[in-house]
Amino acid sequence: MSELTITLLRLGYLALLWVLVLSSIAVLRRDLYGTRITKRRSRRPAPVTAAGPAGTGPSTAPTPVVSPRTARGSQRSARLVVTQGPLTGTIVPLGQSAVVVGRAPGCTLVLDDDYSSSKHARIFPQGGQWYVEDLGSTNGTFVGDEKISGPTPLAPGRSVRVGRSVIELQG
Amino acid sequence: MATVEPHRVRAGRGTELLLLVLALALGIGAYALVGLGTSGEVPPDVIGYGAGLAGLAVALHLVLRWRAPYADPVILPVTIALNGIGLAMIYRIDFAYELREKANGFAARQLLWTAIAVALAALVLILLRDHRTLRRFTYTAMVVALALLALPLVPGIGKSINGARIWVYFGSVGMQPAEFAKLALAVFFAGYLVTHRDTLALAGSKFLGLQLPRARDLGPILVVWAGSIAVLVFEKDLGTSLLLFGLFVAMLYLATERISWVVIGLLMFVGGAMVAATAFAHVGARFDVWLHALDPDVFDRDPGGSGQVVRGLFGMASGGLFGTGWGEGRPDLVPYAESDFIVPSLGEELGLTGLLAILMLYAVLTQRGMRAAIGVRDGFGKLLAGGLAFVVAWQCFVVVGGVTRLIPLTGLTTPFLAYGGSSLLANWIIVALLLRVSNDARRPAPAARGLRPGEPLPGEVLPGEVLPGEPGDDAADAAPVPVRVPASAASAPQDPQGPDPDDDQPTERIGGLS
Repeated sequence: MSELTITLLRLGYLALLWVLVLSSIAVLRRDLYGTRITKRRSRRPAPVTAAGPAGTGPSTAPTPVVSPRTARGSQRSARLVVTQGPLTGTIVPLGQSAVVVGRAPGCTLVLDDDYSSSKHARIFPQGGQWYVEDLGSTNGTFVGDEKISGPTPLAPGRSVRVGRSVIELQG
Repeated sequence: MATVEPHRVRAGRGTELLLLVLALALGIGAYALVGLGTSGEVPPDVIGYGAGLAGLAVALHLVLRWRAPYADPVILPVTIALNGIGLAMIYRIDFAYELREKANGFAARQLLWTAIAVALAALVLILLRDHRTLRRFTYTAMVVALALLALPLVPGIGKSINGARIWVYFGSVGMQPAEFAKLALAVFFAGYLVTHRDTLALAGSKFLGLQLPRARDLGPILVVWAGSIAVLVFEKDLGTSLLLFGLFVAMLYLATERISWVVIGLLMFVGGAMVAATAFAHVGARFDVWLHALDPDVFDRDPGGSGQVVRGLFGMASGGLFGTGWGEGRPDLVPYAESDFIVPSLGEELGLTGLLAILMLYAVLTQRGMRAAIGVRDGFGKLLAGGLAFVVAWQCFVVVGGVTRLIPLTGLTTPFLAYGGSSLLANWIIVALLLRVSNDARRPAPAARGLRPGEPLPGEVLPGEVLPGEPGDDAADAAPVPVRVPASAASAPQDPQGPDPDDDQPTERIGGLS
C-alpha cells in the first residue's frame, strides 16, 4: 500500500474522530440553548375581528405576523404580553383556563423578578371577561396605578404590574 | 419583541442510531487500521469483530428503545466509541508484545469483558426501572462500599501487586473492588446528602467570605476523609483515595453549593497527602517522579523510578500533532501501555489531534451526565447523576494529569479505554445509570392541566404561612401529581406536598409603594 494511502487513512481516521465529536456536540447544541427565541415586530392590541391584517404598531412594519390561531378562527384568543421587566417580550397565549404569575417554577408565567412573590397573581376568565386577582403577594398587584384587593376585571389593553414587570392583556 | 418557547424534547433514538454508526466505524476502523499498520493487511476477522461490536451496540440500543426511550442519545455512542478505541489500542499493544514474545492475550480478554459489561449495563437498564429505587439502599450501599474497600486487605483473597494492595483474586479472576466501591459510594452520598444538605449548607458561621460548617456537621466528611487516608495507608493506593475523596467533595458541593466544602476538602487532602508523602516512601517516590522526572537518578531508580512516565512523555512527543498512525508507533516501550499508560499510547499513535478528540468525548459524556442531573426532577437523581458524571471526569483528569505530569502519577484506570475488567464493568454500570437518570430527565412531564376559576392552585403557599411538611425533604421528591384539595379549601390553601424549594418572599421589597 502506498505511503499516500497510509497517510490519508491516518488523517481520515482523525477526521472521523472529530466528526463524531462535532456531531455529538451538534446534538447537544439544541439543549445547550434550551429555548427558541423568535424575534418579531411589536404589535398593538388588534381589533377583535381578525380578518385581514391586524393593526400595525407605531413602527413602519408593513405586514404583521399573523399567527395560525389568528388566521384560523373568528374568535381570536387573548394573550398576555410582558411589556416591562426582565422578561419583556414574552407572550403567553391564554386559553380557557387561569394562569398564575410569579417566581415559582410551577407558575404559568415564571417571572425572573426579585420584586414578585412566588405565586403572585392569577389571571382567570369568567363569563367572557378576564379577571386578575392578587394571591397575597408582598408587593401587591396593580391594574393601571391602582393596587387591587380582590378579583378585578381586566379589559384588553390594560396592563397589570407585578413586581417590576408589567403584563398587558391583549386580544 | 420576541417570543420565548422551550424546545420540544425529542426522544432521540434515531439520532443515537446515526451516532452509533459513526462510533462503530471508529472502533472497527481502528481495528482494521491496526492490522494495516502492523502487518500490512486488514485483519481477516475484521468482519466478525465488527459484527460482534455492532451487535453489542445495537443490542443496548434496542434495550434503550424498549426500557428507556427518552434516554440521552449521545451517551451510548460516545461510550461505544471510547470502548472501541480502547479495544483497538489494546489489540495493537498485544501485537507489539507478540513481536517481543511476551504475548498476553489482553485484547481477547478485554473483548470478553466488554461483552459482559454491556450485558450488565443492559441488565441494569432492564431491572432498574426507576433510579429512585436505589435511594432505599442508601446505607446498604455505604456498608457495601466499605466492605469492598476493605476486601483487598483480607488475607487469602487480597493480593499486593506493584506495591498497591487493591486486588482481590477469586481463583484466577482478579478484581479491583475499589472500582465498584465508587459506584456504591456515589449511591450512598446521593442518598445521604439529599436528606442532610440543608444542615450542611445553611448552618455555620462565615469567615473570610466562606461559609464554614458547624463542627458537628463535619462528622461525615471527617469519616470519609479518614477512610480515604486509610485506603492510602493500608492499601498504598493513592489513586483510589484521591478518587473517593474527590467524589465526596464534589457531591458535597453539588448538594450544598458551598465553595467552602471544596476549599476545606482540598486543604484536608493536601494536608493528608503531604503527611503521607513524608511518612511513606512509595508515596514520596511518586512526588519525586512528578517533580524531578528527568533527573538521571530518579529515572534509573528501581523500583519507583520515573522511567515509565518519561517514556510515556517521549511517546506522546513522537506522536506530535497528528500521531504516527495506528500500528506505526512503539507504545509498547512504556510499561503498562495497555492499562495505566493507554493515554500516552493513544497520544503517540493518534497525536494531539486524536487525544484531544478523545478528551472531548469524555467532556461530552460528562456534560450529558451533568445535563441529566440538571434535568431530572428529584434531588436524589440529581446528586447521583452529578456524582457519577463527576467520577468519569475526575478519573480522566487524574489519569491524564498523571501521565502528562500535571499532578503526581496515580494508578487509576482510564474509563472505557484502559485494560481491566473491573473498570469496564463499573464504568458501564455508571453509563447505564446515567442513561436511566437521563431518561427520567428528558421524559416529557405529564401535561399541565389548566385551572378553573376558584379552583385552588396545586402546591399553593401564601407568604408568611407556616408550611407543613418535613423541612429537610425535597419538594420534588414528593408525588409528582399534586393532590387535589376540595374547592371549599380554596380560601385557605393547604399544601400537601411540602414547601416549595424557593422561598416564597420576594428578595426585594418595593419601599414606597405598599
